[in-house]
Amino acid sequence: MRRDDDVFIMGEDIAEMGGSMAVTQGMLAEFGPERVRNTPISEMAIVGAGIGAAMQGMRPVVEIMYEDFTTLAMEQIVNQAAKHRYMSGGQLKVPLTIRTQGGAGWSPGAQHAQQVEAWFVHVPGLKVVFASTPSDVRGLLWSSIYDDNTVLFFEHRVLYGLKEEMPDEIEPIPLGKARIHREGEDVTVVATGRLVHEALKAAAAAEQEGVSVEVVDPRTLQPLDEETIVASVKKTSRCVVAHEAVTRMGFGAEVAAVVQHQAFDWLDAPVERVGSKFAPIPFAPVMEQFVVPHDSDVLDAIRRTVGRNGR
Amino acid sequence: MAKVEPRRRGGVSQERLRGLYREMLLIRRFEEKVEERFRAGDLSGFLHVAIGQEAVAVGVCQALADGDVFASTHRAHGHALARGMHPNALMAELYGKLEGCSHGYGGSMHLYDVEIGFLGANAVVGGGLPAMTGAALAFKLRKEPRVAVAFFGDGATNIGTFHESLNLGQLWQLPAVYVCENNHYAESTPAEQQLPIKDLAKRAVAFGMHSMKVDGQDVEEVLRTAGRALEYARSGKGPVFLLCETYRLVGHYVGDPQVYRSKEELHELRETQDPLDHTRAKLDLSDDELASIDHEVEELVEASVEFAKAGTDPRPEDALNNIYA
Repeated sequence: MRRDDDVFIMGEDIAEMGGSMAVTQGMLAEFGPERVRNTPISEMAIVGAGIGAAMQGMRPVVEIMYEDFTTLAMEQIVNQAAKHRYMSGGQLKVPLTIRTQGGAGWSPGAQHAQQVEAWFVHVPGLKVVFASTPSDVRGLLWSSIYDDNTVLFFEHRVLYGLKEEMPDEIEPIPLGKARIHREGEDVTVVATGRLVHEALKAAAAAEQEGVSVEVVDPRTLQPLDEETIVASVKKTSRCVVAHEAVTRMGFGAEVAAVVQHQAFDWLDAPVERVGSKFAPIPFAPVMEQFVVPHDSDVLDAIRRTVGRNGR
Repeated sequence: MAKVEPRRRGGVSQERLRGLYREMLLIRRFEEKVEERFRAGDLSGFLHVAIGQEAVAVGVCQALADGDVFASTHRAHGHALARGMHPNALMAELYGKLEGCSHGYGGSMHLYDVEIGFLGANAVVGGGLPAMTGAALAFKLRKEPRVAVAFFGDGATNIGTFHESLNLGQLWQLPAVYVCENNHYAESTPAEQQLPIKDLAKRAVAFGMHSMKVDGQDVEEVLRTAGRALEYARSGKGPVFLLCETYRLVGHYVGDPQVYRSKEELHELRETQDPLDHTRAKLDLSDDELASIDHEVEELVEASVEFAKAGTDPRPEDALNNIYA
């Protein structure tokens, strides 16, 4: 925003309050109310106004406070933002970034804790990012803003506390490029969001058991870096996919399909999936923790894949 | 035919009125041809024609300035032609040809022509209002003297995008004009079954928005009032709700049996509410002169069919283009 007047942000409570997760704190003071726009509680209009400004060549970043509320803007995202370019036969571009966050771990209950990123991967015309570290957020957000398509940009609530040293200069990370967090020889864990960190914990525990785990974060779900994932599985011969969203019809199912299709002959075990149990996110902390996956679930899945091979 | 109409105060010149009439007639003849070609089996999909609503399209679109943008509805052929889209480009789109205004990707309900500021017809009722609000926001942020116009019908005033868009547009004082074409039916559902109020201008009052109301069958009135609405928005005073009372003189879609209204009602509307009749009565033209306008327009429409039929079919695999920029 310091370099480009065409970038502006809007959303609920993002100005004085700095966003419900404090992500936009200080921005009002620096950029003023024209470019840091508090909006009414109107998800359709927030996204739709972003679409209209983007069609005029601006690069708006709109915030949907909780990803649960993308449901309210679904029509604008799916029928409008994703399709204007297509329906116009290539005349229009909609360079809009829709930032949102969610996830369990603090008992917000069933309407503030879902993980819905997979829904948008199913829509041709949209790009989907799920960033899991501070440097990834920074580099991917830059690339999302300067991408000529509409990007859904997911952040996880419990990861906001992560700290990382940052260089002064922003280093853009291209969309569609996975990150290998940890190299390993025996099992590949493809994880997104909070589960990247759970997978890293599980990998450390597996190492104690003599199992070497590679952890890959696709970071961009659409387009997907199939090459990196498949290459990793061809190296390890085993694959676990892990995310916090429910397992059924989840993003992991797509990754599993990609892996079995492109690395079938390399696989020594069925692809294991880790995700939430098929339930809304409950309030009571004990139930919430029961529903969502943890490092122990990833570790169990790792053990199942190596167990199949007689280890 | 007797034509005794002195120019009223504030009315347009005979020459201008002749031009407006010709634009409306082009829409009428185009839509009649669309009905004919659809029934003949030439056209695929779903078609909604604007017969009866030509004066709104022509009046509003003729009042637009270069650089203004607009979004339309599922009933968009009239708006496209009125803003200057060539009938060839429109007909070719209905035939699914590469020469069409959306190169075959859109169809009747997804017409686009960015060069003339046409940012899309929309098949979702109320779908275009938020984007026009956002285009107006961009104009305001960039301090450009441009206006964004959203067309929609009475049925759309019941959907959330309408309320959220007007609320935001008024809150931020954006240069937008929200044009409600009240044709008194949401598809088949009459006003009394879908609107709790009779005067739709009250919708705007709820947001504190300036509203204007006009007889949508009188093209001169629409032109003048739309001009005032655009001027108001352009001068930074905020958005305007422009209510055009109009009538659809045909079914919701081509082939609609219209079981929801009587033949008598339709007959009376056609006798009393045809905007072309109204304008013709005000024109100081001989029957020969009128016939010659008709002839010129019909030839143009006929040529558009020939153009479209001779157009290029997309390759099936072209369907995988234009998904991402």
